[in-house]
Amino acid sequence: MTDNLISIENVSFAYGKTLLHKDINMQFSRGKVSAIMGGSGCGKTTILRLIGGQLQPNSGKVVVDGDVVHEQDRNGLYHLRRKMGMLFQHGALFTDLSVYENVAFPMREHTDLPENIIRDLVLLKLNAVGLRGAQDKMPAELSGGMARRVALARAVALDPDIIMYDEPFAGLDPISMAVICDLIRSLNDALGATSIIVTHDVAETFSFADYIYFLADGTIAAEGSPKQLMASKLPFVKQFIHSEKDGPVPFHADAPNYRTDLRL
Amino acid sequence: MERAKIDIWVGILVALGIAAFFALATKVGNLTSNDIRETYTVLAHFENIGGLKPRAPIKGAGVVVGRVKSIVFNTEAYHAIVELDIDKRYVFPKDTFANIYTSGLLGEQYIGLEAGGDENNLVEGDLITYTQDAVVLEKLISQFLYSKASEED
Amino acid sequence: MNKLINFFGNIGFAVRSRLYRLGAGTRLFFLTLIYSADSFKRIHLTIREVYFTGVLSLVIIVVSAFFVGMVLGLQGYYTLEKYGSSEAIGVLVALALVRELGPVVTALLFAGRAGTAITAEIGLMKATEQLSAMEMMAVSPVARIIAPRFWAGMISMPILATIFSMVGILGGYFIAVLVIGVDEGAFWSQMQANVDFSNDIVDGAIKSVVFGFACTIIALFEGFDAPPTAEGVSRATTRTVVISSLAVLGLDFILTSFMFV
Repeated sequence: MTDNLISIENVSFAYGKTLLHKDINMQFSRGKVSAIMGGSGCGKTTILRLIGGQLQPNSGKVVVDGDVVHEQDRNGLYHLRRKMGMLFQHGALFTDLSVYENVAFPMREHTDLPENIIRDLVLLKLNAVGLRGAQDKMPAELSGGMARRVALARAVALDPDIIMYDEPFAGLDPISMAVICDLIRSLNDALGATSIIVTHDVAETFSFADYIYFLADGTIAAEGSPKQLMASKLPFVKQFIHSEKDGPVPFHADAPNYRTDLRL
Repeated sequence: MERAKIDIWVGILVALGIAAFFALATKVGNLTSNDIRETYTVLAHFENIGGLKPRAPIKGAGVVVGRVKSIVFNTEAYHAIVELDIDKRYVFPKDTFANIYTSGLLGEQYIGLEAGGDENNLVEGDLITYTQDAVVLEKLISQFLYSKASEED
Repeated sequence: MNKLINFFGNIGFAVRSRLYRLGAGTRLFFLTLIYSADSFKRIHLTIREVYFTGVLSLVIIVVSAFFVGMVLGLQGYYTLEKYGSSEAIGVLVALALVRELGPVVTALLFAGRAGTAITAEIGLMKATEQLSAMEMMAVSPVARIIAPRFWAGMISMPILATIFSMVGILGGYFIAVLVIGVDEGAFWSQMQANVDFSNDIVDGAIKSVVFGFACTIIALFEGFDAPPTAEGVSRATTRTVVISSLAVLGLDFILTSFMFV
């Protein structure tokens, strides 16, 4: 049994009255890149928010590095979050700050480092994502892929133990996708961090993830290494991996009989 | 935008605000005109004060020399007791006349002081004995009609 | 019967949602106070917001004030002249501005210019997950975003209202003295004799502080509470103007009845 940095134990979560997760268990091992996959709206991102403590489970618990997330008070939670970096779906860069200031933001907020050290660190992080040359630009001047990379530099600004990615590939061209894939893997290994990726891009994820969870209908439909899942005979996994339009996940929404609906 | 530039603009705004407040206080308001710092208080009884209000000016020969401090109704003698704050720089004889006048036809009412001939001056707590009430329009008219009527007799 | 039940149901729902918003707004206010100490450590954040709410509103305030003052001068002159007391025009202009129009019109313009900008900015930050990102970086959005804007509004609004009153009086002076030809000495001296520092000017300043509080906290709350969509943000912006304006006029009535009676 490897050392688990994060474990999700019997967690159920509901938005209002709709139950999103039923009794889910997940383990994320230290130093590995894990992926959570599933269709749109199945609550993948919610899991990241549960880990970050932005949402609280209705039952069960999320344990990060030995601490139960939802039992923390504000200070405890903020202390825990300093171990985490999160890349949001569209980057969520602060629009009123330059690229440089965006990356410097967590350092300025959480450290008392002198300006010249902050400058060195920011340039180091920006160089790692290949955007040292864009340090004076404003977020509005960046392309989607570049914004994502800046956000990644900001997420790892304080060298977190845990890096979470919310749909890192959404809306990117193939080149940018490949760049991000490469960065996720290399940052994870260079920082010795634990990465969790929420995505529905099969090819990219299978190419570099260590372990994959499939979510469907509020439960874990399948889990395993990419190799195991490729060989999986589960109909849902097959449908998802080979992107077939009909299968266990139906093409049609629940509806009355077509003929009666057309009043034939 | 540069932090220094922002600081300058905010500095300009605050300076403008302070200047405007200062101008309001001195040029528009009465902060300078009522700097009667040291005063002595004397009393005056009136049968009718008309529309006199606290803080109304007290004038001697038209110059503001003080302000009305308070006006109360005396339930024993059924008259009004007016406290007058007068600037220490101005002294008035004991037999000074206190009249309630109206500035202009519709203006506010004020107390006019007319000096008498006494050798002693008013001091803190003194009572001005000679007073003249505010002119009440109805009384004036009825007096006028009465005198007209008696002339015709 | 069903209609009746629906009717009362709707009323109940409306009351409940308004009470919820009132409570949530109050909560935001107290959170702001609690986090203010944090935000004062980075005072440049507040100064920056004073720039955005105060300095950028300066032009609209000065121009409107000058026109309002000129209109007061004209209207006042026509009316006062009928009673042969056109010298009292200075008093009329000054009292109207210092007591009422200065604070009220400034607050309405402030809600339209600075309030909407605050709501839209915070709403967009929420829609683009910037506030979430901040929370995940263990930085409180209340300390970093809300508190500086709150204090900036509280500082800017009285300053702007004071400038409005003074510029408005200059506008009245321009029309009455320079254009119509009312005696300059009478204009200023009548004003001085009748405008009281503690009763009129200070009370006007108190009003502007109260309005500044109301406009700023409403704008902040609407932005913070906006649904994170384009439609949600645009609706929140509209609501900021509507609620701020109503709040300012309502509060003005209450304050006036306390102060000047």
